[in-house]
Amino acid sequence: MKLVRSLMLLLCLSMVIAACGGAATPTAVPAAPTTAAATSTTASAAEATATVEVTAVAEVSPTVPTTTTTEPAGGSLVVYSGRSESLVAPLLELFTKETGIAVEVRYGDTAEMAAQILEEGENSPADVFFGQDAGALGALSDRFVQLDSSLLSLVDPRFASSEGKWVGASGRARVLVYNTDVLTSTDLPASILDLTKPEWKGRLAWAPTNGSLQAFVTALRVSQGEDVAKQWLEGLIANEIKVYESNSAIVKAVANGEVDAGLVNHYYLFALKKDQPDAKAANHYFSNGDIGSLVNVAGVGILQTAKNPEAAQAFASFLLSETAQNYFTEKTNEYPLVAGITTNPAIKPLSEITTPEIDLSNLKDLQGTLELLQDVGAIQ
Amino acid sequence: MLFKRLQLTRPRRWPALILTISAGLIALMMVLPLGYLLLRTSEAGDAAWAQLQRPTTLRVFTGSALLAITVTAGSLLIGLPLAWLTTRTNLPGARIWLGLIMLPMAIPSYIGAWAIIAVLGPRGLLQQWLAPLGVERLPEVYGFWGAAGALILFGYPYIVLNVRVALRKLDPALEEAARSLGQRSGQIFWRITLPQLRPALAAGSLLVVLYALSDFGAVSLLRYSSFTRAIYLQYRASFDRTGAAVLSLLLVGLACGLLAAEALSRGRARYYRSSAGVSRQAKVVALGRWRWPALIFCAVVVLFAVVLPIVAIVAWLIIGIRSGQAWNLQLADFGNSLLAASLAALVTIVLAFPVVFLAVRYPSRLTSLIERATYVGYALPGIVVALALVFWGANYLPWAYQTLGLLILAYAVRFLPQAIGSLRTSLLQINPRLEEAGRSLGQPPWRVVLSITLPLLRPGIVSGAALVFLSTLKELPATLLLGPTGFHTLATDIWNNTTELRFSQTALPALLLMLAACGSLALLLANERKT
Repeated sequence: MKLVRSLMLLLCLSMVIAACGGAATPTAVPAAPTTAAATSTTASAAEATATVEVTAVAEVSPTVPTTTTTEPAGGSLVVYSGRSESLVAPLLELFTKETGIAVEVRYGDTAEMAAQILEEGENSPADVFFGQDAGALGALSDRFVQLDSSLLSLVDPRFASSEGKWVGASGRARVLVYNTDVLTSTDLPASILDLTKPEWKGRLAWAPTNGSLQAFVTALRVSQGEDVAKQWLEGLIANEIKVYESNSAIVKAVANGEVDAGLVNHYYLFALKKDQPDAKAANHYFSNGDIGSLVNVAGVGILQTAKNPEAAQAFASFLLSETAQNYFTEKTNEYPLVAGITTNPAIKPLSEITTPEIDLSNLKDLQGTLELLQDVGAIQ
Repeated sequence: MLFKRLQLTRPRRWPALILTISAGLIALMMVLPLGYLLLRTSEAGDAAWAQLQRPTTLRVFTGSALLAITVTAGSLLIGLPLAWLTTRTNLPGARIWLGLIMLPMAIPSYIGAWAIIAVLGPRGLLQQWLAPLGVERLPEVYGFWGAAGALILFGYPYIVLNVRVALRKLDPALEEAARSLGQRSGQIFWRITLPQLRPALAAGSLLVVLYALSDFGAVSLLRYSSFTRAIYLQYRASFDRTGAAVLSLLLVGLACGLLAAEALSRGRARYYRSSAGVSRQAKVVALGRWRWPALIFCAVVVLFAVVLPIVAIVAWLIIGIRSGQAWNLQLADFGNSLLAASLAALVTIVLAFPVVFLAVRYPSRLTSLIERATYVGYALPGIVVALALVFWGANYLPWAYQTLGLLILAYAVRFLPQAIGSLRTSLLQINPRLEEAGRSLGQPPWRVVLSITLPLLRPGIVSGAALVFLSTLKELPATLLLGPTGFHTLATDIWNNTTELRFSQTALPALLLMLAACGSLALLLANERKT
C-alpha cells in the first residue's frame, strides 16, 4: 500500500536525520564525543538513542583530574532543571569538565517539574532538582535530604531553607521595569506600596498568575499582614493595572509602549535587550528595605532517593563555587549569593538594595496567596 | 445488546470477541488519566469540596463551556464553506487554497497567540503601520474574543479535514435524484447534502470542542480564564495537585456532557450506498460570479490564520539576523520531531482501528462506551495527561518510564480521538455488504479486512494519521515530562526560547515545524488525488 510505504519512508527519513543530527549537536549530552554519535549514522534510531545513553553513562572525561574519583554507582548524575537550557547547559558542561561527572539533564518548567518529582515518588530518577523559585524548592522540602552545614554557611541564611533542605545559588530581585520614553527615574516611587496612588492609574502591568509575583505577594502578607496585602492588591486593581501572562510579556509590552511600567524580575530586561539592544526600558529598584525589592532565589536540593548522592553533593557544591557564581552574574545577569564574588556592573549590587527581612522558606502559604488573588479578582 | 447481535451473526463471534477485548484494553489505557485524577481527588477529602465550592470554580466552568461552544460554532461557520468550496466547486486554485487553509494546523497555539499579540496587539505591528494615520493604539485583543478568535483560527481545519473526507465519498446519486424531483440547489444542500455530512460535522466539532477545552497556549497568552488555565495555575502557583485534579474532573464532566449531546445527535442513520451500482465522483459546481466572494472569503481566512503568524515569525527571524545572533540549526531535533510524530501517527491509527470497527459494525451501548472513553485524554490539558502518565509510568512501569515507547503511548492517549473521528467517518460510508460478500466467497475475516475494508478506508486512515502527526509535532507538556532525557524536539526548542524571550531563536524551529507539517499535508493531498 502506498500509504504504508510513504509512512515507512518518513520513518526512515526521520531516523537518518535523527542519527545525523545526533552528531551535529552534542549539546544534548554534555561532553558526549562526536565520534560515538557519528558511528550511529547508519544505525536505526532506536540504536542511535541507545548510543547516546551509553555515552552519557560511560563518558567520564579521562583528561581532567578529578577531586571525586568515585565512579557513581548508578551512572551519571540526573539533574531535573527548572531553569532553561539556553541558560544552564553551558554551566553543566563546566561542571562535567571540572569534576568528570557526566550529567543527564531534563529541562522543564520549575513548577511542573516539582509536580513531576512529587508524582514520581520513590521511583524518581532525579538526583538533584535545580529550580528557579524558592516556592517550588519549598514544595519539595519533604523529598530533599538535609544539606551539609559547610554548604549552607556559604550563603546568607535568608537565601537558604531554614531547615537546611535547599540552598540558593543565584538571586533575582523584584523591580519595576519602565519605559524610558515616558518616565525618568525621578518619577518613580520609593515604595512599591505607592503604586496604588491615583497618578499610576492605567499605566501599570503585572502578571498575577506568575510565580515570582505570587512569591512577592506571599512575602507582603508575611511581613505586613493580610490587610495591607489585600488593600494593596485592591488598590492596584482599582488603578486598572493591566494583566499579562508572564514577566517576559510585561517587559515586551513596556518596551513597545503598551504600558508605562510593570512589576517583574530584574533579569528579563537583559534577555529582551539581547534581541532588541535599543529597547526603551530600564529597571527601577525600590528603595532600601522596601518589600518591593524582595530578592528570590534559584536554588538546588538533593533528593532522598538520589542514586548518586555523592555526585549530587558535588553538583550542589559546584553551584556555589567561584566558577558557577561568576557564571550566574556574568551570563544570566543574576546576583551571586556567595561572598567575595564581583557582581556584574550592569545590575545594581545586592549590597545596595538592602532587601527586606524575609525568610524565603517562610513563603509556603502559596495556596493562601492564590486564594487572596482570586478573592480580590486579580485572577479570575 | 451485544450478545444478541453476536448470536444473530454466529460466524462473526470470534472476530467480535477479539475486537471487544482489544478495544476494551485500549479504552482502559485511555482512561489512565481519569484513574489518576480520581485517586488524587479521593486523597483530598474536604479540600476537594472546598475547591468545588469556590466561586471561581463555577465561573471557570461556565466560561469554558461558553468558549468551547463559541469556538465550535465559529469553526463550523468557517470550515464547512471552505471544505465545500475546495472539494465540490471550480474555485480557482482550489488545491493551493486547500493547502493554505490547512496550514494553521502546523502552527502551535502558543506561537499563534504570540503572533496575534505581536501583530494585532494594542501596540503591535499593525498599529505601527497605521501610526502615520494617527492610530495611537488598537483595541485590546485580550480576553474572551481574542482567545475565541485564536482558537477558531486553529480549530477550523479539523472541520475542513473531516468534512472533505465525507464530501468526497458522498454519492452524487442522491443529489441527482433530488434535482430530478425539482429541488433547487439550496434546498438540495440543506436537505440532502448537509444531513449526509452529519457524522463528519459531528466528528470535526467534537475535535474542535475538546481542543478548545484543553488548549493552554492561546487562553493563557490571550488571558482568558478557562479550565486549562485554572488547572495550570493550581500546579504553578501552589503546587496543589488536588485542586488541579478536582478541576480536571469537572472538565471531564463537561466534556462528557458534550460527548453525550453529540451521541444523541448521531442516531442510527446509515451513510453508505445501499443499492446496486457504483458511486461516482460528484459533479463540480460552477461558481460563476460567486467566484469572487468565495475567493475573498478564502483570502481573509488565510490572511488571519496563516499570513499573520508567518509575518510574525519572519519578523522575529529578521530581528535575529539583524542583531547578528548565532544560529544553531537543530537538525537532530527536527529528526526527533519527525520520528516521534510518525511513530505516534502509526501507533494511534493501529489503536483506533479496533475501537472504530467495533463501534461502527457492532453498535451497542458497550461499544459506544468504549469509543467514548477514548475521548477523555483529548479533553484534558496536556499537563494533566502527562502527569498522570508520570505517576503510572514511574511507579508501575519504571523500566518504560521516560523512554520513547511511553512517550508515544502518551501521544496516543492524547490524540487517539483524532484518528477515531476520521476512521469512523470513513467506515460509516463503507457498505458492510461488501465485507459480507468477501466472507461469503470463503475468505477469512482478516483477509477481508486487508483486501476490502482497509483500501476503502484509506481516506480516513490518511486524514487521521495526518491529524495525529500534526498534533504530535506541536505537543509540549508530555514531550517535556515523558521524553527520554535529552530528547529535544522542535516544540521543546520553541518553548525553551520563548521562555527566555529569545523570539528570534524561536523563528527557525517554528519554520522547520511548519515545513514538516507542510510535508505531511502534501502527502495527504497527494493521496487524496489518487482515490
